[in-house]
Amino acid sequence: MDNSKASKKTIIDRIWDFFASIKLAAVIFSLIALSSIIGTIIEQGGEAEKNLQVLTKLFGASLAPSIYRISESLGFMDMYHSWWFMFFLVMFTANLVICSIERLPNRLKAVRQPLKPLPLEKFGSYAIKNEIRIKTEPSGLKDSLRNAIKQIGFNAREVSENGTTQFYSQKGAFGRLGVYATHLSIILILLGAVIGVFFGFNGFLNLPEGYTSEVAYSRKGGTAHPLGFSIKCIDFDVEYYKDKDMPKDYKSWLEVIKDGRIVKKQMIEVNSPLRYGGYTFYQSSYGMMPNPQGVFILKAISKSGKEKIVNTGLNGTFTIPGTKIKGEITDFSPALAFRKDGSTFTYNQMMTNPAIKISFTNSGKKLYSGWLLKRYPQTWDLPEGNRVEFIDYWGAQYTGLQVRKDPGVWLVYLGCLIMSAGLYSAFFVSHKKIWVALLPDGKKGSKILIAATVNKNRLSFERNIDKLTSILTKQA
Amino acid sequence: MGSSEFYGIATLGYITAMIVYITYLVVKIEGIGKFATSITVLSFVSQTIAFMLRWVEAVQAGSRSLWRPPISDLYESIIFFVWCLILGYLIIEFKYKNRSLGAFVTPIAGLALAFIEMSGMSKSIEPLVPALQSNWLLAHVTMSFVAYSTFALSFATGLMYLIVNTGKKTEPAYIFWTVTLSILVVLLVAMGIDFLSFRVMASSQQEFIKSYLLKASFANPSTGIAVLSWVIAIGFTLIVWNYGYALKKILLSFNLTPGILDEITYKAIAIGFPVFTLGGLIFGAIWADQAWGVYWSWDPKETWTLITWFCYAFYLHARFMRGWRGNKVAIAAVLGFVAVIFTYLGVNLLLSGLHSYGEM
Ligand code: HEM
Repeated sequence: MDNSKASKKTIIDRIWDFFASIKLAAVIFSLIALSSIIGTIIEQGGEAEKNLQVLTKLFGASLAPSIYRISESLGFMDMYHSWWFMFFLVMFTANLVICSIERLPNRLKAVRQPLKPLPLEKFGSYAIKNEIRIKTEPSGLKDSLRNAIKQIGFNAREVSENGTTQFYSQKGAFGRLGVYATHLSIILILLGAVIGVFFGFNGFLNLPEGYTSEVAYSRKGGTAHPLGFSIKCIDFDVEYYKDKDMPKDYKSWLEVIKDGRIVKKQMIEVNSPLRYGGYTFYQSSYGMMPNPQGVFILKAISKSGKEKIVNTGLNGTFTIPGTKIKGEITDFSPALAFRKDGSTFTYNQMMTNPAIKISFTNSGKKLYSGWLLKRYPQTWDLPEGNRVEFIDYWGAQYTGLQVRKDPGVWLVYLGCLIMSAGLYSAFFVSHKKIWVALLPDGKKGSKILIAATVNKNRLSFERNIDKLTSILTKQA
Repeated sequence: MGSSEFYGIATLGYITAMIVYITYLVVKIEGIGKFATSITVLSFVSQTIAFMLRWVEAVQAGSRSLWRPPISDLYESIIFFVWCLILGYLIIEFKYKNRSLGAFVTPIAGLALAFIEMSGMSKSIEPLVPALQSNWLLAHVTMSFVAYSTFALSFATGLMYLIVNTGKKTEPAYIFWTVTLSILVVLLVAMGIDFLSFRVMASSQQEFIKSYLLKASFANPSTGIAVLSWVIAIGFTLIVWNYGYALKKILLSFNLTPGILDEITYKAIAIGFPVFTLGGLIFGAIWADQAWGVYWSWDPKETWTLITWFCYAFYLHARFMRGWRGNKVAIAAVLGFVAVIFTYLGVNLLLSGLHSYGEM
């Protein structure tokens, strides 16, 4: 370092140098990592009681309250929104940007620079080199040499001068830019995240079957947020693993209505949301209405195959088509279970095992009564060969939707894509350069000089060069 | 035979291999080394068969779809980690024609397997709740564990680098590796004693942590035994510290130069880091976005994943810093894997215990 130069630096230069240092990056990495560790011990945005309890477990009852007070005043209870964490992120970004700007121009120049032929005397000074002598004149070797170079994957340029021919080529120079793509992608992701925080919406909507809503409710405070269109829940259904109460899948059939017209219809399930007008509706939960006034949807099928769909409520009646057999729904249980003695009870208030009890009469004469379970089709067959299918109890459940609007998410995804490409080229693309000179050797022979460099994965490149050598010696 | 029998064979095989590799390191008889490799290869084959069988069994039981390989719950993911680790190790052994690494890598596999056996985690094939039936999640978990296994390798070679590259007992790097190695060995032994004295097994992880983990030694209800355990552990560490240079001589006699070890460490991380970024962070975020509508929510697991990522980004950048090559970089690689372990187990076991919420 030249001291006289350093002292002449302006303050701006100093600030620039400070931010251009990779040491600063290491410090910021550590700061973010260390403070994040604290953020995982203290539950973020959690109840004060709970965090006090955590601190008591760690530091004992006497110290906990004061540690709590100090942490709270420093913003550790909601640290990812605290001024100092934001400050770390800003420093991080500035460091990343300036560090990259500082180095990018040189790197770009190096990558763009076309490869030049190598003076003959320099061939020996390369780390990867070889010399082959063959008893054929150079003119007879040129074509096979060109081919051999092609075979190991290089599209070589060619110059001839004073009887010497030189082939030279490079590959993967762009890989040297991968690091910068990676850094750029981090900035994009941070930018996308900031846009999401400032212009996004995070809310929920519990929509009963058959209902329509024009608003969603904010997670912060539960205020209504107009969507600019309406969303309707046509139907909701849960599918269970066989003989278990563990849901296998749950789905909602939704409709988007704008200006009185249906503009979109889609079934959503966990992991496959509906997107419309910048909003995304995720299937996140479900539940039972407090006093359900739903409709039982049944399908009555006679022995001879006549079918009828029945929509009715509790105490409603229907007949099996083509017969005088009449059914009346006398009872409903959202989750029916049988005791050992055969009596029944409801084991929870969610619709885990919905069942209806039906009493059948024939021309006013009492026949029998029994439970039909939606999840167990074997309960649908009646003694005479008729059948009543329990299709749905509609209007009793609501679907729990997570509603999000995030105008920054595409930047985040773009960043992710660029980061993947950047890391791939930074770590897996090696920059290879190769020079091959063909010159006369004695009266009727040739000498081939090979020089090459590579910035990573040297072994596999050396194997390539060996292959080139063996192709040439075999052909000669 | 079903998948569990083959897993059993593999587990036993890896533990045996660990003992044989360590013996080989000490006595340096070529035949013993070959024996260790053979056991490892056979166990690996057995584990591969077990993996296939479990897949078939899950589909037959109707609990999983055909496209869902068994890498879904804690048990399956740790098993998969061991599989990747051993595969990575065998590739290195073959490429560098050096078996001494086995003595450092197989104990990591041994610790993971011992943990499974003792913690009583459920090995049965459970159906998946809807949020877990996602291809993003599958890619996320699979790639995370591929990355973790490369990080485990870099941990082993990073430690070995420190062993061969330090000499003075007062050198911080020397103290660092002797202490780290001692902790590793002491933990392995302490868990072995737990296993022998309780033949446990807990029915849940919380219970395991509370009632069994290290209860036979450090956390023994009898103060005498607890104190004795600490004395032995500290004594052991002091012995390792005092005679650690012997290990350096052994490793050097296997032609392990700092150069080779640094190269393997870097290569393992250079493969692991992009895979971890894509699978661990990006796919994880996409999955969360698809399933919950938030790609990032700073929950402890996500945050620790980010911390781990920073550790390895730190490692990569440290190699560019003047004066940072060598011991300091190797220490960063070792600490990176400590962060990995914490991300995976610490968050589930310790933090969730602290907050008393969540299950495994
Ligand atoms: C404060 C922010 C950061 C700064 C100032 C910074 C700066 C740098 C610099 C100067 C290089 C060396 C480039 C070269 O000349 O080859 C580099 C390399 C690299 N950076 Fe960063 N970086 C930052 C953050 C990150 C982060 C968060 C990542 C995470 C993905 C990252 C990934 C990389 C990678 C993968 C390399 C290449 C390392 C290698 O080839 O071994 N950087 N960074």
